[in-house]
Amino acid sequence: MQDFVWLIPLMPLISAIFLMVFSSKLPPTTVGFFGTGSVGMSALLTCNLTWGYLKDPDLFTVSLWTWMKVGELSANVGFHIDGLTIVMMMIITCVGFLIHLFSCEFMEHDKSYARYFAYLNMFVSAMLILVMSDNLLLLYLGWEGVGVCSYLLVGFWYQHSSNGRAARKAFIVTRIGDTAMMLGLLILFTELGTLDIQSLVSSAQVRWQTGDFMPTLACLLLLAGAAGKSAQFPLHTWLPDAMAGPTPVSALIHAATMVTAGVYLIARMHSLFIISPHAMMVIAVMGVGTALMAAFSALVQTDIKRILAYSTISQIGYMFLALGVGAWTAAVFHLMTHAFFKALLFLGSGAIIHCLHHEHDIFKMGGLWKRMPITFASFLIGSSALAALPFTSGFFSKDLILLSAYQLEEFGPILWAGGLLGALVTALYSFRLVFVVFFGRIQTLPNKENGWRIGLPLTILCVLSLVGGYFTLPLSNLFPMETNSHPATWVEVVSIATPLFGLLVAYILFIKIPSRIPKSLTSPQENTISRFLFSGWKLDEFYDRLLVSPYVRSTSILLDEPLDKLYNTIVLVNQKLHKWLSFSQSGRMRWYMVSVAIGFIILLGIAIAIPRGLSEW
Amino acid sequence: MQDLVVPLNHVLFVSTLLFTIGMLGLMIRRNIIFILMSLEVMLNASALAFIAAGAHWGQPDGQVIFLLILSVAAAEVAVGLGLVLQIQKRFNSLDMDDANRMRG
Amino acid sequence: MLELTLFYIASTVALFATVLAMTRTNAIHALIYLIVSLLAIAVIFFLIGAPFAAALEIVIYAGAIMVLFVFVIMMLNLGEKGDARERQLLQPHVWLGPAILSLVLLVELLYLISTVEGPASSGSVSPKSVGLALFGPYVIAVELASMLLLSGLVGSYHLGRRYLDRGL
Repeated sequence: MQDFVWLIPLMPLISAIFLMVFSSKLPPTTVGFFGTGSVGMSALLTCNLTWGYLKDPDLFTVSLWTWMKVGELSANVGFHIDGLTIVMMMIITCVGFLIHLFSCEFMEHDKSYARYFAYLNMFVSAMLILVMSDNLLLLYLGWEGVGVCSYLLVGFWYQHSSNGRAARKAFIVTRIGDTAMMLGLLILFTELGTLDIQSLVSSAQVRWQTGDFMPTLACLLLLAGAAGKSAQFPLHTWLPDAMAGPTPVSALIHAATMVTAGVYLIARMHSLFIISPHAMMVIAVMGVGTALMAAFSALVQTDIKRILAYSTISQIGYMFLALGVGAWTAAVFHLMTHAFFKALLFLGSGAIIHCLHHEHDIFKMGGLWKRMPITFASFLIGSSALAALPFTSGFFSKDLILLSAYQLEEFGPILWAGGLLGALVTALYSFRLVFVVFFGRIQTLPNKENGWRIGLPLTILCVLSLVGGYFTLPLSNLFPMETNSHPATWVEVVSIATPLFGLLVAYILFIKIPSRIPKSLTSPQENTISRFLFSGWKLDEFYDRLLVSPYVRSTSILLDEPLDKLYNTIVLVNQKLHKWLSFSQSGRMRWYMVSVAIGFIILLGIAIAIPRGLSEW
Repeated sequence: MQDLVVPLNHVLFVSTLLFTIGMLGLMIRRNIIFILMSLEVMLNASALAFIAAGAHWGQPDGQVIFLLILSVAAAEVAVGLGLVLQIQKRFNSLDMDDANRMRG
Repeated sequence: MLELTLFYIASTVALFATVLAMTRTNAIHALIYLIVSLLAIAVIFFLIGAPFAAALEIVIYAGAIMVLFVFVIMMLNLGEKGDARERQLLQPHVWLGPAILSLVLLVELLYLISTVEGPASSGSVSPKSVGLALFGPYVIAVELASMLLLSGLVGSYHLGRRYLDRGL
């Protein structure tokens, strides 16, 4: 069982290299076969691994070779397999496989079919390395690898400059976090002398007391990296723009896997974070703040993918809230269910976009439930799970998070209330999406049917979204025991009732009285508040003013090479002098003779003047 | 020979005047023949100054330098006149300003 | 007294002849004035006690070197056209500036030599003493002069040969 672990990330990598090298010569079917098949093989191997692990749960570490050895630093290429890794690998390979299958049809007519699958396979490989790595350096390699793939795939349709800009934004904003994370890694290395996760964590517990400064600093830096990758406030602005990429990419990278890498990182390093209560508090507040902010922004968006993007930010905010209150299992649980239902929603929206001439505006859709029953079902299930209606997968995970938050001492109820408000808004926007897109007047007719390669993944994900809540994650011996005393009954009742109330409000607003929908919910330019929310709380504009435009201005100044001005002036003066001198070099004998005469006169003048001056002196 | 009472500075005045005239000719003439003549005048003027100085001290050195100047003048004229012929052939003119190919 | 008078006459002749030589438009005329000037200077040499130099001045300068000029001018065959051109080039605006410069230079030089005193000559220097000096302490100068003349010979031969080779 342990022998083939290294094959899991290797297969997509081989496929990616193969597709890159032969991209132009392969027929689309071969490309699809390799691209999807390699991930499918990985998924099968992962299932096998999981089966073995469930039967005989023991951790193991596979060290392949020493990657680098510099001074005290010795980094292995090695994989550490435990419950958390298993969960992440299952999500990545299985959801990844379904999305690859979906892509086969979705990207069928794209000219760069092979390039697409090469990037996607490379992404899967990098993501697997990220979660399987047994040391932080290899994890960082995977971390940057997924960042590069995200950049490449967001800018996949590079023919439009706006896509390129979105890709750059995604890359640069996450880089800010990555840089902070690297600083965090350096601090950990200098303080603890190792980057191997297991020994690092154990020596951290020995060396540091709870509340020390150094671990707090390191944790906050790691948190910044996680926030950049997982699109948390204040580094979340790249995610809505990253929707410029193909929809399956949004499903895989920007909903199910890559953006949850931050959650994974914090969960992986939980023993370190426990040492620093302040960092935990920051995570919780950041999580609930982002959840609320993004939920309100999602409420007024009109682009179907941007709604889902903001929803993703919001749901990851819940995961951060769970991490912040120490509910590690709940966070990973929500990560998994979110991967299921958000991938489902993204693929569903991809199916709609695929059939509706690449239409993104939800107010130009409508009445689609008869035309696209599978998509409708998937959206209904996905939205229910997203809104955490009872007995869907999202219900179990989100409920767990909210209750864990409530039980936190001191600030617990406040965090809980914030999360609850977010849940209400979540229900509101998710059913706004469903009602606007699938009910009401038909506005745009679908121009084609979706084939099995789109239908099958949707169906499987529907099932997973429904039953995902009943899975038991093999995490019990990984995380410290969480206090699971039941809070007061009213808390549970309110937690359950809130999404239902949101559903009711959405129903009244968008089905019962569609003519009297508040204008601000249909056209976001209507009033100041909705404009504010639509633009993502004006953060883009704020960053533009604060960082981007000063930077651009300074580069435009530097473009003129201000330092060269001095040298250019010297050159200019020399050229002028040269002109004068070359004017004197006229080629006329008489002119030279006159010069000689003048020089002669001056020299004689000096010869006359100096002896007199000397004698006077 | 004791009654030779030509003042030295008068001879030098003559020499200076000749030199200045030669220089003026060098500056105002463009014909290469006249330029060479002006050079001869200037060389001659300086030779006069040397002779006068040598005579003043009653030493032969001034005349030795005169001989040197004479050979310089002879060599210069030999080469210079060869150049005159070449310039006349190349530019079909004796005007030095026509041969200003080394203009900067 | 006679010598003094002769000196002033010779000086005047030399200066006038030189000025005329410099301002002629016809090259042969200018050359003849120049020869007059050289002869006058030879007289001055003789008067200030350098008979050997005076003889050389006449034989080599006025004789050999000026004959070279005459030959070249004859080969060039300038004619009336050259005269007109030269006349046109001798306008006041051409010579005024250089004349002022020369004047300034002259004033400076005269100022510098005005302090010189004493007779120009303390007896005649015989050719014998010149010869002794030449082949005594100045033998290096003789070698240099011979080398200079050799290079002049080579240079003029080179220039003349190419001229003939091209057949123009």
